[in-house]
Amino acid sequence: MKKEIKLKVNGFEYDLSVKPHWTLLDVLREQLGLTGTKKGCEKGECGACTVIMNGAAILSCLVLATQAQGKDILTIEGLSKDGKLDPLQGAFVKYGAIQCGFCTPGMIMTSRALLNKTPQPTEEEIKRGLSGNLCRCTGYVKIIEAVKNASAMEESK
Amino acid sequence: MKRDYVNIGKRLPRIDGIVKATGEAKYAADLSLPGMLHGKLLRSPYPHARILNIDISKAKRLPGVRVVVTGKDTIGFKAGGISAKGDEHYLALEKVRFIGDAVAAVAALDEEIAEEALNLIEVEYKELPAVVDPVAAMQEDAPLVHDHAPKNISYKADLFYGDVDKAFKECDYVREDRFETAPIRHGFIEPHAALASWDNSGKLTFWGSKQSPYFTYRNMAKALNVSLSRIRVVQPYIGGGFGGKNEMFNVDFCAALLSQKTGKPVKIVVSQEEVLFAYRQRHPTLIDLKTGLKKDGTIMALEANIIADGGAYLSIGAMSLYLMCAFFCMPYRLPNMRTKGYRVYTNTQPSCAMRGHGIPQIRFAAEVQLDIAAKEIGLNPLDIRLKNALKPGETTPNGFKITSCGFEESITESKRIIARWMEEKPRDDGGKIKRGIGIGCYGFVSGPRVAGHNTAGAVIKVHEDGGISLFTGSTDAGQGSDTILSQIAAEVLGVHLEDIRYGMVDSDVTPVDPGTYGSRVTFITGNAVRLAAEDVRNQLAEVAATSLEANPKDIVFKDRKVFVAESPERCLPFDKLVKIAQYSGTGKTILGRGYWAPEGLEVVNFETGKGNMSATYSFGTQVAEVEVDTETGFIKATRMAMVHDCGQPINEMLMEGQLEGSAIGGVGHTLMEEIIRKDGQTMNPSFLEYKMPTTMDACDVEIVHTDTYDEVGPFGAKESGEGIQVAVVPAIVNGVYDAIGVPFKRIPITPEMVLKALKK
Repeated sequence: MKKEIKLKVNGFEYDLSVKPHWTLLDVLREQLGLTGTKKGCEKGECGACTVIMNGAAILSCLVLATQAQGKDILTIEGLSKDGKLDPLQGAFVKYGAIQCGFCTPGMIMTSRALLNKTPQPTEEEIKRGLSGNLCRCTGYVKIIEAVKNASAMEESK
Repeated sequence: MKRDYVNIGKRLPRIDGIVKATGEAKYAADLSLPGMLHGKLLRSPYPHARILNIDISKAKRLPGVRVVVTGKDTIGFKAGGISAKGDEHYLALEKVRFIGDAVAAVAALDEEIAEEALNLIEVEYKELPAVVDPVAAMQEDAPLVHDHAPKNISYKADLFYGDVDKAFKECDYVREDRFETAPIRHGFIEPHAALASWDNSGKLTFWGSKQSPYFTYRNMAKALNVSLSRIRVVQPYIGGGFGGKNEMFNVDFCAALLSQKTGKPVKIVVSQEEVLFAYRQRHPTLIDLKTGLKKDGTIMALEANIIADGGAYLSIGAMSLYLMCAFFCMPYRLPNMRTKGYRVYTNTQPSCAMRGHGIPQIRFAAEVQLDIAAKEIGLNPLDIRLKNALKPGETTPNGFKITSCGFEESITESKRIIARWMEEKPRDDGGKIKRGIGIGCYGFVSGPRVAGHNTAGAVIKVHEDGGISLFTGSTDAGQGSDTILSQIAAEVLGVHLEDIRYGMVDSDVTPVDPGTYGSRVTFITGNAVRLAAEDVRNQLAEVAATSLEANPKDIVFKDRKVFVAESPERCLPFDKLVKIAQYSGTGKTILGRGYWAPEGLEVVNFETGKGNMSATYSFGTQVAEVEVDTETGFIKATRMAMVHDCGQPINEMLMEGQLEGSAIGGVGHTLMEEIIRKDGQTMNPSFLEYKMPTTMDACDVEIVHTDTYDEVGPFGAKESGEGIQVAVVPAIVNGVYDAIGVPFKRIPITPEMVLKALKK
């Protein structure tokens, strides 16, 4: 039996018909065509599905679509404004923090939530903050560097 | 060597960085087609069983199910092997040989219905005795995994040069040890996914997460019994491969078969759990190693016996075993060698290539044993390596010709780094933490010559506004080859990287390519791109020569301009030159073509192991500083340095990214990762329980490259990023040896192992 719900994603409201057990991840990808958020493990172990919900980084594979009603959801697609990259996105590109790119959306969303909460994180805080996002390609070195640089850039504004 | 380049050697952002940072890049699971069905695979719960009957009637009747297929719906094609016969059905026919072997596939309106249908398929199995240990599998009375392989030997190798028995007698010091490496995962975050669309004209279009699409292109035609020209393989963005996405798998085949049967597009996305227990792994090994040296540290002889657990199927395992046996000859002079190996069938997960391809396992053994020898002889580990290091112009006993080689330089530079580190941090502050520094060295191929097609091709199309489209058959699985190849084209044509548009592999359009493996793309495809760009440049130079009244040979292409060599004021902007070319007379079509494979390489004789495998070899030394907590047994890699010889780096930033990834990947391999199995059942098929490095395991990585230039490589480049994986493991193990005096002979090193060793 499907339920009618309203979801607010990247500033837009959507009327959707979902089964109660569907996850936010599945609904974002399949119903809204927002495939930027990735399905890595479906068990909350890899962080590839990270989105920001009411300001906090959450694992969308562990949130039911129905639970996301009434909340403000931001996905990777909602980060850039008017074609201009978010400073984190720009830093990831500039500092070589992207290789295969599959962990990148989740990594950027977690970083975004981190910087929103802690604008000048220490290296230790960055490492801890991103410890739930797995990457097999980069060894994390340039990811940490990119987040540092993005936070410095945002501070100087 | 400093040369004046615009693109080469620069820290340029990768060309697909933006679309990956915005989530716009589409991977296989992100693709959809109208009317698409979803597929799922049914897998064996037994490690070894005969299939007596499969009843699909209930599954077929479930509303929403469109078709159910089993092995009986296939032509029985067997995949696997290079110079050996294939042995793996995409859907099992008579037997299942490991937990995870696929027996049926379903296509339905959505994933949930497909999943439910799997539960309704009734398979009658007759369980057979299973063998899960390679040593047990080689015994006379062991159950046979494959009838064609007595004693479960799927491949064997015996390579020998010189006279080891005589040489050992003449050695002052001989050391024998047994080493063991556990099975590990490739660990790419993107699970396997395939989308196939069969149309009624009998043509198949396929999108899949494949790092070498042309393998799938060929195998798909064979497996479906369809001509090659009816198969079109298109490559989406790939979420990492590391050697685990080279082969065509059951997921790819079933998507195509289900599409053929339903007339609808079918997408199958495998779960990460399935990736972890039902697909591939790195060969676990048991290595009995004996090395003989003179008292001045000269290595005289080496003898190895290797047992590699190949799991249920051959896959690329013959090549894996050959590489394990052969690469004892690098990177040191070794006049006498005998290496015997067996790749064994067991009823467990099949083993294939993984970054370094067999060489990390054996070099771990060799490098650790060398450190033990150094200590017992009374020599510095760096000096013993310097003494034996291969030099330019030498040839190994099996025929590897060393051309450009910065190996010695990498060792001396590492000495300097270690001296500096030792000044910066005390070795031991008397507390529970013990600090140590270790090294490991490597020599690696830049594109191995294997039997069959080894040539790369490139095509360049010039747009009317001076923009360039570049097509090759090579795939970027994340390592950055799209960008590297574009940089090479940009440099030759004298334009900028952003003027190049790279077209991803589409077998209808792009030149055939052997694939992304063995670190071949920069070296081999890079040269093909260079030639294609030179072809375009020559065509344009003819036009420029007429316009600028000069000799075509004197036309220089640089910085989006073309000018006459001795009088640069006679110049044209590149885009204007293109317009002149395309609008003069009836108009020229500027298309460039290039293809390249290393010349003069014999295909290695896999029986004797003799032959030069690669046109050039990369070298390097890895340094690792570790801290051992003597109370908990936990080991941490606190910093690393890599001094490597990759010739001229094409892109400094991308090269660093690859090296850093290799370094931290090595931390996982040495200290954290292990597939744990009981009676053939994988006990940790999840990221939670199979621990891969996280940001908390990242450490500082210093990168230095030696001043070398390869005459054959494009702009002097050789491989980078895979060879180093060979050296990271021993560097860490040797660091622990330095810290607590225990040379571990098994990886991963667990805290329990450390505490047990410290107690002794």
